[in-house]
Amino acid sequence: MLKINNIDVFYGAIHALKDLSLTVEAGQIVTLIGANGAGKSTTLKTISGLLKPKSGNLIFQEQNITGKAAQQIVALGIVQVPEGRRVFPSMSVMENLELGAYLRKDRVAIRDDLDRVFTRFPRLQERRSQMAGTLSGGEQQMLAIGRALMARPRLMLLDEPSMGLAPLLVREIFEIIKEINQTGTTILLVEQNAHMALSIAHYAYVLETGKIVLEGPAAELAQSDKVKEAYLGGRTN
Amino acid sequence: MADTNQVNQMQIANVENYPRGLRWVILVGVLLLYLGILGLKESGSLNPYHIQILCLICINIVLVVSLNLINGFTGQFSLGHAGFMAVGAYVSAFLTRNVINQLTFSGAEWLVTLEKAGLFLLVILAGALVAAFLGVLVGLPTLRLRGDYLAIATLGLGEIIRILLINLDVVGGARGYAVPKLTNFSWAFWLMVIAVLLMVNFINSTHGRACISVREDEIAAEAMGINTTRYKVMAFTLGAFFAGLSGALFAHLFVYISPQIFGFLRSIDILVMVVLGGLGSITGSITAAIFITVVMEMLRQLVELRVIIFAVILILVMLVRPQGLLGNREITDLFRRKQRGDPDEPAQHQKAV
Repeated sequence: MLKINNIDVFYGAIHALKDLSLTVEAGQIVTLIGANGAGKSTTLKTISGLLKPKSGNLIFQEQNITGKAAQQIVALGIVQVPEGRRVFPSMSVMENLELGAYLRKDRVAIRDDLDRVFTRFPRLQERRSQMAGTLSGGEQQMLAIGRALMARPRLMLLDEPSMGLAPLLVREIFEIIKEINQTGTTILLVEQNAHMALSIAHYAYVLETGKIVLEGPAAELAQSDKVKEAYLGGRTN
Repeated sequence: MADTNQVNQMQIANVENYPRGLRWVILVGVLLLYLGILGLKESGSLNPYHIQILCLICINIVLVVSLNLINGFTGQFSLGHAGFMAVGAYVSAFLTRNVINQLTFSGAEWLVTLEKAGLFLLVILAGALVAAFLGVLVGLPTLRLRGDYLAIATLGLGEIIRILLINLDVVGGARGYAVPKLTNFSWAFWLMVIAVLLMVNFINSTHGRACISVREDEIAAEAMGINTTRYKVMAFTLGAFFAGLSGALFAHLFVYISPQIFGFLRSIDILVMVVLGGLGSITGSITAAIFITVVMEMLRQLVELRVIIFAVILILVMLVRPQGLLGNREITDLFRRKQRGDPDEPAQHQKAV
């Protein structure tokens, strides 16, 4: 579905992504794990068009999307749930969701999707006229995901959905991500919580200082000694 | 859990949560206000000085609401509003003197009046359009800047316009420029009503929502596929258009304009009214424009002291209500219909988990 071929991304003089390649197969959950500053968010920003690669290209459904503007990429069906949730704080839950469908014109389908979001997140329906800034962290994360769903993504990019949430909520959010994937949305998940991410993903990449150092089916990676030691807090005996 | 029907009802956006008649009540109210003021004028209770103040209030309302569009709703800190006002004022004044005044009118008296009115409207629109064009021209590069940088860039723009005008001898340079008196209360009032209606409609449209989302969170807006630069430029241009329009009205009201009138301090004055009324509140802007214009006039006898009193009022308001008189709410919110079925009413007061 999405193929990234040998991209190099710079922040000024800093070489943030070095010759990075990865593939997201349709229907899967692919996760990108790694420590702070490894380049996970940079990768997502490059996919969603906020950053432009200096070399290499990105192919989404046989279409070259390298260098396209952010709004064109959203229109193609790649929608990002940004890091730190970033809901519109002084808009109501309802208005946030409506803005998710900003690029769509099909009113009837939008209404159906709204129903679907509310069925998935009954909490959001209860609070639909409340200002989004007054929601709890977990609810805001649900809203950010719901808002992205309103755009009818083919590929959803999730940036650290577990950030700042209580463990119980993290589990709930990951359960939801799994469900969304089962209804047909492909997901690229960036996480620091490697344990959770590997438990729901099909395929995983490990990123270190801008390079992919390890990749494989998530279940295999979860067993790998290197990953265990570096990210899962396990010691090899 | 609510059924589908209920969900559908809620989907209809905000605007329609108001009772259906409210729009008409407001329009009738506006009409009555207009007729009332005209009546008072005819009966002699309002002298020409009062009428002039009322015109100034209308002009200030347009200025404040249009700056609120940029600063309050789209979140772009602009300090160049007086500059756009100056462009509107000078362009329209120049056209009036060199086009309308050169024409000879003949025919029935009512026809001549109508022709003159039409020409005046065109002249005002020309002023507004040139200001809007300048808005696009300046907006495209500067709106990529953020926060303080944009403020400085727009501040510079205002000063450039002022200094250009000082050195532009065709429009009188620093001596100023005399303009025929064409603005009367009806012009000021109805153009103000139309301008405010247009801006309210803009804000409640999809475009307006997109502008607000830029203010709320630019990155999230971009992630939702909103072309943020486009909306910033759009709001900026619309704001400049209406600033130009009020500048044109201003010039033809006070019959004399000079570059000093449109200095940095005027931009600040407008900004103060926006902040006082509440960033992101149209009714707040209107209230503040009326309030400040009236207070400034009432304190006129006190000469220098009025600036001090004014400053004290401002400080007090900012201490008590830092979000402005109305914050980002509207007076009309009072009439907002409660959601039906009320499942969310308690939730609104409940603390977030």
